[in-house]
Amino acid sequence: MHLSAQTHYQAELDAGRFCLQHCPQCQNHVFTPRELCPHCGASPLRWVRASGLGTVYSATTIARKADAGGNYNVALIDLDEGVRMMSRVEGVAPEAVHIGQRVQAHVAHKDGRGLVLFQPAVQGGAE
Amino acid sequence: MSRVPQSHLDAAAVNRPLRGRVAIAGAATYGCGEAPGMDDMTLLVRAAHAAVADAGLTMQDIDGLATCSVNASMWTMPVIEHLGINPTYVDGTMIGGSSFIAHLLPAMRALEAGQCKAVLVCYGSAQRSATFGRKEGVAARRFLDPQPYEHPYEPVLPVAAYALAAARHMHEFGTTREQLAEVAVAARAWAQKNPEAFMRDPLTIEDVLSARPIASPLGVRDCCLVTDGGGAIVLTRAERARDLPRPPVYVLGNATAIWNRQISCMPDLTTTAAAQSGAQAFAMAGLKAADMDMAQVYDAFTINTILFLEDLGFCAKGEGGAFVAAGGIAPGGRLAVNTNGGGLSCVHPGMYGIFALIEAVRQLRGETGARQLSKHRTAVVHGNGGTLSSQSTAVLGTAETL
Repeated sequence: MHLSAQTHYQAELDAGRFCLQHCPQCQNHVFTPRELCPHCGASPLRWVRASGLGTVYSATTIARKADAGGNYNVALIDLDEGVRMMSRVEGVAPEAVHIGQRVQAHVAHKDGRGLVLFQPAVQGGAE
Repeated sequence: MSRVPQSHLDAAAVNRPLRGRVAIAGAATYGCGEAPGMDDMTLLVRAAHAAVADAGLTMQDIDGLATCSVNASMWTMPVIEHLGINPTYVDGTMIGGSSFIAHLLPAMRALEAGQCKAVLVCYGSAQRSATFGRKEGVAARRFLDPQPYEHPYEPVLPVAAYALAAARHMHEFGTTREQLAEVAVAARAWAQKNPEAFMRDPLTIEDVLSARPIASPLGVRDCCLVTDGGGAIVLTRAERARDLPRPPVYVLGNATAIWNRQISCMPDLTTTAAAQSGAQAFAMAGLKAADMDMAQVYDAFTINTILFLEDLGFCAKGEGGAFVAAGGIAPGGRLAVNTNGGGLSCVHPGMYGIFALIEAVRQLRGETGARQLSKHRTAVVHGNGGTLSSQSTAVLGTAETL
């Protein structure tokens, strides 16, 4: 039985693993998960563990009432593997998240389902 | 512009024989602003009826239909029932707010081929007044049109996507919040000249900057209205349009480009697919941005106008902020942009594209009263859909541009 790429991705996350796809033909990493390589059309794509290291490409602070949890960050992160994803950078004030910031992923669980979140990288790297 | 392959420009130039072969013969709006007690279909039918009458035709003359809806995926069918027509040409393509501009080129082909004689492009939405409103629609679409790699992060779409683009544009080019605010202030200044515009109170840069934050750097005055409204146009072959009562508005070019659906899949948040659709539409028209007397662009958020002025070639990439500064696109500025007040101050019932088209038609015909431009021979109309996802550009002109 062939799982959809979305089902496979979520099952890995639920088990605490953040995985990306990699194309064995053109050697590009692929995100969001899908059936065919968007660069060269090859299939199947291979699942690999993500390094989790990335750089903030853009960020916004969403305004939310304090009694609903307060403001929060939504960001686009460029992973070191060369793919981009939407996520949140937590562990710092939402307004303090900035473009170019180095961040590190971890897998959190919300309602029993795995979710990739980021926090500022401990070793800043090339900021 | 560098990302548009020559093959795409060649493909657009192949459409050159269609240049000016089809004209907009009728146009109308209905119920713009607040229309309590109305529903989507009623607004559409009223606007359609008015546009057909404006063209000097009757509903029995309509044998082509292009329409779509945010809520109903099989929308062409109830529209056909309500209008009482039996079309030989039907287009229900739904690519968000740019749809009605994207409906032009296929309709031109059908008209030119003789498959039909009069195509009605129409839209209606009671988004502001409907009981099944925006909130319920957003919730339902999470299931009908899932974005599983974005929704878990609660990005409050669409505004968060445009906020991310604005933040990136500010980072790369030094664009300021004041420059974003200039877009909203200019739209309001135009709206004050338009009796149909929904918001006509004075608006200053300071008002925009101090407005309630939504998704940084955008506040509520950087965001389009939520209104009701219907709009429709009628397309016929140019020869027939010349026999009809209204001055024909010729379609000189049209192209559509889509590079992504989700904002996280957009290759570069500071360059939209308008760079492609615009270049292709201008290639078909044999004209360029500098030839345009006005630009009617889809201003769902203030950053949109800056991005599209750059991508359509009115200024270089990164210079959009400076282009709109100091009233650059306000009445009396360097370029007339969104002369009805746009989606920011005139009307925005979910999908704005048809209203940008109608404003261009009215300007080109010289019937816009206090906001009428003295030079009104050419217009570029640009539609956007999704979250900077679909882009469609049309170049329109009067008889002297043929």
